Amino acid sequence: MTAPPASQGPNPTESVSALPSVDGSKGDCALGVDQLTKHFGDRVAFDHLSFEVGYGEVFGFLGPNGAGKTTAVRTLGTLIAPTSGSAVVAGIPLTLKNGSEIRSRISMMPESPGLYLRLTVTENLLCFAGLYELDDVRKRIDRALRAVNLQDRARDQCGSLSKGLRQRVALARALLNDPAVLFLDEPTSGLDPVATREVHDLINSLRSQGVTIFLTTHRLEEAERLCDRVAILNTTLRLIGRPADLRQQLFRRSLDVRLRSPLDDPGVLFGAVGEVEGWEQTPSGYTLTVTDPDLAAPAVIRALVRVDADVLSIVESHHSLEDVYLELIDEDVEAKRR
Amino acid sequence: MSFSWTRVGAIMHKELRDYRRNRFVIGTMAAVPALFIILPTIQLIAANTTSRALSLRIGLSLLYMLVIPVTMPSVVCAYSVVGEREQGTLEPILSTPIQREEFLIAKALAAFAPTLVIAYVVFGVFLGIAALFAHPAIVSAIYAGSHVMVQLLFTPLLAGWAIWVGIAVSTRSTDVRVAQQLSVLGSVPPLIIVALMSLNVISESTELAVGLAAALLAFDLLAWRAVAQMFDRERLVTGRRR
Repeated sequence: MTAPPASQGPNPTESVSALPSVDGSKGDCALGVDQLTKHFGDRVAFDHLSFEVGYGEVFGFLGPNGAGKTTAVRTLGTLIAPTSGSAVVAGIPLTLKNGSEIRSRISMMPESPGLYLRLTVTENLLCFAGLYELDDVRKRIDRALRAVNLQDRARDQCGSLSKGLRQRVALARALLNDPAVLFLDEPTSGLDPVATREVHDLINSLRSQGVTIFLTTHRLEEAERLCDRVAILNTTLRLIGRPADLRQQLFRRSLDVRLRSPLDDPGVLFGAVGEVEGWEQTPSGYTLTVTDPDLAAPAVIRALVRVDADVLSIVESHHSLEDVYLELIDEDVEAKRR
Repeated sequence: MSFSWTRVGAIMHKELRDYRRNRFVIGTMAAVPALFIILPTIQLIAANTTSRALSLRIGLSLLYMLVIPVTMPSVVCAYSVVGEREQGTLEPILSTPIQREEFLIAKALAAFAPTLVIAYVVFGVFLGIAALFAHPAIVSAIYAGSHVMVQLLFTPLLAGWAIWVGIAVSTRSTDVRVAQQLSVLGSVPPLIIVALMSLNVISESTELAVGLAAALLAFDLLAWRAVAQMFDRERLVTGRRR
């Protein structure tokens, strides 16, 4: 295995400890992972993962296919034994002996809903309520179905439901035991935009109820929209933090300047503006690297007006989480090539 | 966490509900007993009452009925793990607090209960038809030896063996059809011993029957322990060895 390439961001472990959990409590976290590693023979699934997830937090786990996201979730869910390292899941140390205890406090929703298609929605939930040894089973099932807005389909056979509805049943099933941590593995994989939006709304509503959610996805807009913090995994943990912080850590702040026609001598013009650190020409104008966009923008406008440039717009460049992600993954690809 | 019969019950109920709506399982549970009651009944009614031929005929007829507890559960159990894996339901089940012993006992009981009920009902029907339509000498010959005891004793034990073989094959298999074929094949060996007794190759006696039953019970218990050892969550979820 090659050593992980140096990232432009901070050390993932350091950034975790620097961040308080979402509910403000320190030390008492829903998930605490320390140097967790899993090998399948010679193949490394994930290596030396260290992070914490606070109670009530929606934590996104991003990475390309084969990055080790699902294996990490299965390991934290006690389905797979780690090769080395340690973790605390819902307050319980991750050991073989504690498997049942941990599984009783968490819920996992795998990528495929995994419903018994010949059974009705209620019968599916009854089975799982029994497996969690829950009291007030009917009440809990009603509550879970209300949470996913499926009360009117309770008697339907799961085989007759659409893919989106099956995903909602799987989510209702995962909510039955009021989990301390809810693991969602690619919850919108293969869903159409409407069904995807429904699942997003459900996750948002769970977040408002204070449910801790560990969401693995490779849909970046999903992570950006739903998660308080994200971690980018590519066998090793590459970066961790709030999406906005990651953007700032990885990209210098810049202004996009659009002009009707190119400048005669942009080097002289932009060089004279103190807040501008660098510039490059783009098809529609220029991108300026600046120290502070709020200070730089007026100064740049004044300079452009002085030379009678036809200014169409000046805006601060926006880097999406996708840009952050691609930057990191490209680094990994480059490092492997070297 | 201690062994929970609530979790066993949850899986059992789910299995029984699923069987009722599965045409393949219903078909197997109806066709196998129907087949194995028609043949022996005809044989018995048409039997010659000379003692040597009669004993052989009764043995053969009752042997047919012992095929029921071997065939039915092995077909059903072959699906129990690999079937769940194929339809994507194994991972959600294994993600709950259920322990492997609970999962296996639940799967086994869900196959054992209907098998036992059907096998005993079929045997009862067979005895009823014999009492109504067969020659009185045949009826008394059925009750005279240890036939009834063998039937009652070996039905659950053969079913137990077939169930553990079926689940073991299903745990290791990646294809339902292959699992079904292998599990039926693996269930047959104990039946051969019973067949040799029924056909008077091994002379039948109560002591021998009880001795063989005790041996089969020991094998059933060993098979259960072996299957529990084979059941590895990680391998079942990922398809890889550790």
